[in-house]
Amino acid sequence: MSRIFSRDHTVIGKQYFFLALFAAFAGMLMSLIMRYHLIYPDKKVGLFAALWPSAAAGGIMTPELYLSLMTMHGTIMVFFVLTTVPQSGFGNYFLPLQIGAEDMAFPTLNMLSFWTTLLSLLTLLAAFFVEGGAPLSGWTAYPPLSALGAIAGPGQGAGQNLWILSIAIFCIASLMGAINFIVTILDMRTTGMSLMRLPLTCWAWFLTAILSLFGFAVLLAAGLLLLLDRVAGTSFFIPGGLLVSDQVINHKGGSPLLWQHLFWFFGHPEVYIAILPGMGLISTVLSVFSRKPVFGYRAMVYAMCAIGFLGYLVWGHHMFISGMSPYSAIAFSVLTIIIGVPSAIKTFNWLGTLWGGKIRLTTSMLFAIGFVSLFVTGGLSGLVLGQPALDLYFHDTYFVVGHFHIIMGVAAVFGIFSGTFYWFPKMFGRMLNESLGKLHFYLTYVGVFMIFIPMHFLGFAGNPRRYPDFKEFTFMEKLMPLHVFTTHAAFFTAAVQLLFLFNLFWSMKRGIVAAANPWNATTLEWTGPGEVHHGPYEYGVPGRENDFVPQTEKA
Amino acid sequence: MPIAILVWLVTAAVTYFFAAQYWWFPPPINQHGLAYDEHFHRMLVVSGVIFILAQVALGWLVVRFRDDGKRSTYSHGSNKLELLWTSATAVLFIGLLMLGQHVWADVHLAKAAPNALRIEVLAKQFAWSFRYAGPDGKFARTDMKLMNDASGNPFGIDAKDPASRDDKTAGALRVPVGVPIELILRSRDVIHNFFVRELRIKQDVVPGMEIPLLFQADKAGEYEIPCSELCGLGHHQMRSRLIVMERADFDRWVRESE
Repeated sequence: MSRIFSRDHTVIGKQYFFLALFAAFAGMLMSLIMRYHLIYPDKKVGLFAALWPSAAAGGIMTPELYLSLMTMHGTIMVFFVLTTVPQSGFGNYFLPLQIGAEDMAFPTLNMLSFWTTLLSLLTLLAAFFVEGGAPLSGWTAYPPLSALGAIAGPGQGAGQNLWILSIAIFCIASLMGAINFIVTILDMRTTGMSLMRLPLTCWAWFLTAILSLFGFAVLLAAGLLLLLDRVAGTSFFIPGGLLVSDQVINHKGGSPLLWQHLFWFFGHPEVYIAILPGMGLISTVLSVFSRKPVFGYRAMVYAMCAIGFLGYLVWGHHMFISGMSPYSAIAFSVLTIIIGVPSAIKTFNWLGTLWGGKIRLTTSMLFAIGFVSLFVTGGLSGLVLGQPALDLYFHDTYFVVGHFHIIMGVAAVFGIFSGTFYWFPKMFGRMLNESLGKLHFYLTYVGVFMIFIPMHFLGFAGNPRRYPDFKEFTFMEKLMPLHVFTTHAAFFTAAVQLLFLFNLFWSMKRGIVAAANPWNATTLEWTGPGEVHHGPYEYGVPGRENDFVPQTEKA
Repeated sequence: MPIAILVWLVTAAVTYFFAAQYWWFPPPINQHGLAYDEHFHRMLVVSGVIFILAQVALGWLVVRFRDDGKRSTYSHGSNKLELLWTSATAVLFIGLLMLGQHVWADVHLAKAAPNALRIEVLAKQFAWSFRYAGPDGKFARTDMKLMNDASGNPFGIDAKDPASRDDKTAGALRVPVGVPIELILRSRDVIHNFFVRELRIKQDVVPGMEIPLLFQADKAGEYEIPCSELCGLGHHQMRSRLIVMERADFDRWVRESE
């Protein structure tokens, strides 16, 4: 019992890791079902009929089932994968080790945050099994669609309620986690571990925790207001004078835009919640496997602080064409473009870290290099979307889908892979198989470009997102070859992930037994705790026999 | 080594397909569209150059500095370089943004021309309706209780209002060529989105709000209007057409009785 309901941060870290692993494969499976349906909308699929006897009666998927899968895919991936592994999984396991603390500041609270997260996931999945099925309003749940109840479509009844509940529970779990991270970093660092000697991973977890604290608090409030609109007859988000399915709606005075402001006030920082820990990690990995200090440690810290701070001032770029004042769009666009500057600083510093290095291409390093490549690719399309002038065409097209999947989805996932290969020896005492790992990396790297680059072209042609099929429009029918290619690339890339799954479970039992410090790294999770004498990235130090000086050794 | 080659190959392939423009925007049909395309082209060239430089550099660094037994260069960075690339990117990014602001301003900060033709747009799950004031230039009174799609009155026009006699309701958006248009966008239920690719304009249609949208179409033809904000299970079927007509044809159409 005490091993399941453990208060030990290493056990909790692994619990989060495996919860997210399950969620990632569930979310990926949903995306495959969607991609298949998009190119064969009229094909009878026995599997669909078996899974959803009513929503896919006879094997043909209804549009509402497609939209439910889309909603659940987005929700699962954003909350239970991208928010969960980099912060709660790796953070829980390695933050105390890296700062020389015995455990997190509040171990019981830590245990509670994990079990609350699991409850949240189960609540979300339950939406598939209630009357009407899962909600279809997308992971952004814009009202009035999300606020009107079953009259707005199947899944908008009980399913949408469960969705809101699940998100509210997730917010509570994240708030508990955030407080724990902040207190641990501020209060439990070992002797000599000043803030400017923290590994960049710890800085990233610290800033992410602060972002979570404010972001999830606002999302929790917004979710409760939405729930009240649905069950208590309030009108926070529903304006007067609505006629839905020939019925007059008895609400008045609410504002649909209010939800968008609240949601994106959380939703944009959420992007950085997903990516900051990856940035911290790959900074470390590039340094370790280049055998060089991180280029511009201080600049990296300031850039992350700037991204965290500015991340709160740019939410309006999701709303350029929402009907808000066109003048605020200009203000938000200036702030949005400015956030590109610290992002560019980080990229330059990563390249600077490689410069003059002694580069070892381990699988972890390959994924870190892949991260930089993807970050540049997705960052540039962000430069386009951050401008209201250009968003006039691209908003809600596949260009946006391509952009955020590359930068928020795949780059963050590359961070997770890099971290898994880097820390696996510590977590499981064995090494992941490197040959299998490299094969997995190469195929995945090519695969994700094949999936998400064509989506940019679909965006050029104006193909809207969130369409269950493209039969109604002449111009979209002509784009089907791109969709066909994308679907095949998605199946290929998903199949490649089985290599990773196999490697993970096989290496846990059969992998080569790991040395205590297999990468010759300097940080405390590898060397064991002790008094800290200097910064975390002393590699290639001249005049030393070893090419690295652990933080616990005097320089 | 394979990683560098792979990064370069992917870069070459991506660059090729962006430059070849096999899948591209439809040609614009107005001045705004031309200005849009010009600014987008500028962004594409600049981002293309950054994309190629960054990816080529990434691959090159991995090849050049691979482990060959020598020690690495011990360096914690350079403040001079940090300052250089921080200011360079800031100037470049802000500059690009400023160069495009007029494209936004022309659509959203301009006032409607005095001779602009006003057309009401009503979106609902899952259809579009358009209302013309007719020769008297007045939109008749509407009442929610009178809204009835089956009898062809989605706007709820009050027949007792004399201004209603020449109001015209249609399922497609017909406009005369070369005339400034002011759309008044309204929704009856959830959020929808008005999008015409050839106009390079997209605007959410939000219940509880009346959102004006200015445009002009300079080329006759038919263009599709796909709803571009998720509005429910029929979202993908919410289609209408923009029909740009010669002035004489348009006037004839307006005079025709329903």
